[in-house]
Amino acid sequence: MSLEPRPLTLSSSPHAFAGDSTARIMWTVVAALAPATAWGIYAFGPRAAWVTALAVAGCAGFEAVFQRMRGRPVTVSDGSAVLTGLLLALNLPAASPWWLVVLGAAVAMGLGKHVFGGLGQNPFNPALVARVVLLVSFPVQMTTWSAPGSFLADGISGATPLGAAKTAVATAGVLGPAGHVDLWALALGAHGGSIGEVSAIALILGAAVLLWRRIIPWDIPAAFIGATLLVTGAVWELHPDRVLDPLAQILTGGLLLGALFMATDMVTSPLTRKGRWIFGLGCGVITAAIRLWGGYPEGVSFAILLMNACVPLIDRFTRPRKFGWVKEAAP
Amino acid sequence: MIEAVLIVGGLGLVSALGLGLASLKFRVEVDPRVEALEGVLPGANCGACGYAGCSALAKALAEGAAEPTACTPGGAEVAGAIAGILGVEAGTTVRRIAVVHCRGGRGVALDKGVYVGVPDCRAAALVGGGPKLCSAGCLGLGTCERACPFGAIHLDGAGLPRVAPDRCTGCGACVDACPKRIIDLEPDGCRVHVRCRSTDRGKAVKAVCSEGCIGCGRCAKACPVDAIAMDRGLARIDPDACVSCGRCAAVCPTANIDDLVAGRCKALIDEPACIGCGKCARVCPVDAIAGERKAPHRVDADRCVGCGRCAPVCPAGAIRDGDPIPTSVETAA
Amino acid sequence: MSAGRTFKRGGVHPPGEKHRTAAVAVEDAPLPERLVVPVSQHIGAPARPVVKKGDRVLAGQVLAEAVGFVSVPVHAPTSGTVRRVDVAPHPMGTPQPAIEIEADGDDAWAEPLEPIPAPEAADPSVLRRRIQEAGIVGLGGATFPTHVKLSPPPEATIDAVILNGVECEPYLTADHRLMLEAAGEILAGLQIVLHLFGLERGWVGIEENKPDAIAEMGRRAGDGGWAEVVPLEIKYPQGAEKQLIQAVLGREVPSGALPMAVGAVVQNVATAAAIHAAVVRGRPLVERVVTVTGPGVREPKNLRFRVGTPVRHLVDRCGGLTGDVAKVVLGGPMMGLAQHTLDVPAIKGTSGVLCLTRDRVRTAPAGPCLRCGRCVDACPMGLEPTGIAAAIGADLVEEADRYHALDCIECGSCAYVCPAFIPLVQSIRYAKGRVLSWRRKRGR
Ligand code: SF4
Ligand code: SF4
Repeated sequence: MSLEPRPLTLSSSPHAFAGDSTARIMWTVVAALAPATAWGIYAFGPRAAWVTALAVAGCAGFEAVFQRMRGRPVTVSDGSAVLTGLLLALNLPAASPWWLVVLGAAVAMGLGKHVFGGLGQNPFNPALVARVVLLVSFPVQMTTWSAPGSFLADGISGATPLGAAKTAVATAGVLGPAGHVDLWALALGAHGGSIGEVSAIALILGAAVLLWRRIIPWDIPAAFIGATLLVTGAVWELHPDRVLDPLAQILTGGLLLGALFMATDMVTSPLTRKGRWIFGLGCGVITAAIRLWGGYPEGVSFAILLMNACVPLIDRFTRPRKFGWVKEAAP
Repeated sequence: MIEAVLIVGGLGLVSALGLGLASLKFRVEVDPRVEALEGVLPGANCGACGYAGCSALAKALAEGAAEPTACTPGGAEVAGAIAGILGVEAGTTVRRIAVVHCRGGRGVALDKGVYVGVPDCRAAALVGGGPKLCSAGCLGLGTCERACPFGAIHLDGAGLPRVAPDRCTGCGACVDACPKRIIDLEPDGCRVHVRCRSTDRGKAVKAVCSEGCIGCGRCAKACPVDAIAMDRGLARIDPDACVSCGRCAAVCPTANIDDLVAGRCKALIDEPACIGCGKCARVCPVDAIAGERKAPHRVDADRCVGCGRCAPVCPAGAIRDGDPIPTSVETAA
Repeated sequence: MSAGRTFKRGGVHPPGEKHRTAAVAVEDAPLPERLVVPVSQHIGAPARPVVKKGDRVLAGQVLAEAVGFVSVPVHAPTSGTVRRVDVAPHPMGTPQPAIEIEADGDDAWAEPLEPIPAPEAADPSVLRRRIQEAGIVGLGGATFPTHVKLSPPPEATIDAVILNGVECEPYLTADHRLMLEAAGEILAGLQIVLHLFGLERGWVGIEENKPDAIAEMGRRAGDGGWAEVVPLEIKYPQGAEKQLIQAVLGREVPSGALPMAVGAVVQNVATAAAIHAAVVRGRPLVERVVTVTGPGVREPKNLRFRVGTPVRHLVDRCGGLTGDVAKVVLGGPMMGLAQHTLDVPAIKGTSGVLCLTRDRVRTAPAGPCLRCGRCVDACPMGLEPTGIAAAIGADLVEEADRYHALDCIECGSCAYVCPAFIPLVQSIRYAKGRVLSWRRKRGR
């Protein structure tokens, strides 16, 4: 007679599961950011490595501290804090002083995540919350860009192309020489900027893996990038002497980092496909608007945060069509 | 910068004005008694009254739709206050507290297997009736604890709920929350409880729980006031008939019955003080007191079960504690 | 891209795992010494026992009779002596009333119900009564009394009968084998059902992972066009009633309504075969085919067993368990019931015995919802499982209702994909109970 081992596991159906887990998702995104990180370290030198390590360790540490304080199990190993740390680092200039990085980590984990109840509860992308808090509080440190390493630096200033353009327009009224950007250099990452935003190629490489693994949806980046292209392109048609061309817009100012890795954060983006389109379009339009008419040269972070705030609303009005229902009101 | 301050300030001003106007325009007349009633209600919003929270009850009271005694948690005190505000008579309230009818905690009752799922008894009960082998037993996931608005019920080390009698208000939130229906509200006066709800045969109970009621019926035989009835394989104490003498607990072979009375004594009548009114004899459930009218009464110590009913009724204060009655089982905390 | 039809929204693609038994012909399980026949093997009122301890019974004899319309009788699975009429373990998890029979090994049969050799000439009401008398319930797992499904109210017009040969649950192959080995009986059953509604033409939905069954059923149905075999895309839950109707007919059953609202009746293929046996041969439902499978079983098989056979007996017949079994499920992995012991009887609704080894059993605790939206994308009913679970987790019954918890078909797609391991189906099942009682209280 066959004797079953005791005790058997009792649980509700289903008893089969697709392979993904929270930890696997988080660590895969971390891995997908490896090319961009590597490029950042290559381009900006050991200083960038130090900032990255500090941000990651800081976020992991603060996550543990805050979880302890809230009497919750410590779940650093699920990779979500590490991912936030990495994203934070990639959004910082390589020359950031150590205290700025640690402060950023504390803000990301505290203000960005745990005040709302931890993973899954935060309405805003924690890394972006930290970046914006730092940007507003320490504008000088946050925009002191170092030039990429000398091996690339034939004539490239430390300023970001967008920043240079904004300054030129503000002082001279026209772009002038700041309008001549080398798109290839932008794509490769041979220009100033924060650690992770400079190389479009590295970012796209990593994102391709995530798209293929269906960890990030394609609709948010498509809508985001498309809307930015459209709006900046239209204005550029009108004022080519005052606005950078739309391709340069896409390749600079952290737009790809934002569209591919930050706006696609599951926790802070809408649940349904329709919602994700609206969200992406909103991000793109706001980014373009800030760049064209706002005070900041970039705008990606603000755009995403603003749209993050709209997610509950978007979710409410983009509910899936229920089977067997003709019309559906929002709850 | 200045513009920003002005814009934000202006916005604030406009909305403040709007809100102020709205509150003037949409003000509703409130019965002043409602506010007073809300003041005396506990404010726990436990829902025991059947209304959605204390203010809803206050409204119902003012409209005369609810009785002054509707708030069970508030007890006689709140009922009196409500009656005062409404200018009516307060009815009588019997204080009831929650009693958990299961003692099959960890190590006593066996589990079916390892439960993985929603940590809530009601949800767990949907997985094959829950992880306990005994289908009547406590699932130990603390749904009652979370349901209690007064923090009066907590899981002990064995995962069994324990009621703190001084905190329990008898609101019944736990009673409704328990999917196994093993919590009941019982008159506070009854201090002896059968802690099992399994009507299975004795053998079946023994196979799954070492302290369950096996339906042997010894308690029913031992009860001097016939307060215990056997219902299929389960002893049930009628809390209104029970005199809390604890005799059942002493004979239960699985030590299932809780006896919460500490230090019972036989009654002793101080004969010189006795005025022979016979009130004690009339309340004695076991006819242990006898005596001529106007002559000193006596307690038959063999019969007396130490229920203590006689002492409070004696107008002369002539009844005091006699020999202590030993309890043969550990009294539960 | 597949050529097969399918339902419109959601769905998941769990690995089929059917290779273990798809090519293993159905084998008769030997009679056990004792059988435990629960009086409740269907949805509806449990049957009332009409035998008592010590009675001698013959196979096919009524052990317990139907109580009311939504109820069916249960019959003696073999000949022997009634040993007990008492509560006994049941696949639902809590012990339930059952009749225990000690088999005498002769397997002597009682007089069958009177055969109706020409059902096409019989009165529909006679056929419906026969289907109830024979104790037939939906064999796909839902165990709803078949005669009830076949008795729509007069105002409903039924114009489509679909046989469900989808078997979309991973691991299971019982229906697949039946379609290969008893296609004629299944189609004869379909003919009876069609006759009940005065229809000429029916459909058989089969997933494309069973090309041999599609071919065999098509061959048996012939060219007359009266039974159209519809190949369906491989997607779970293709076999759920509402999804199947949409896939085959393109009709959407309204929320809260039954398939008859869109003129459709769905019957499982095994049920159709049982209808045929009951009508034409006068055989009550006392046996069915089950797939005993999973990595925890030595020799996975498809077994035809008598209702009431202990699961342990079936597992023994399949070479027993491997050492590291950690979960035993009756039914398929998506909707089956986890058991705590093998000492439960296999009954009318038992389509599978799935033994999962430790490496396939999840014990990790649930984490917080990531709002990844995968459950929303997977739900074939267009629900927001995470919203329902969150609402009921916060005790917001009314909100769970507004999220349409009651529309959930408990297919398990959402929990299957959830990376946070949230037991969404369990939460939603619980929410449904709360919503129902809340609605009742509100007097709706
Ligand atoms: S179990 Fe319910 S909520 Fe989950 S996917 Fe299936 S129908 Fe949707
Ligand atoms: S699949 Fe799980 S983690 Fe993702 S949204 Fe649904 S409940 Fe949340």
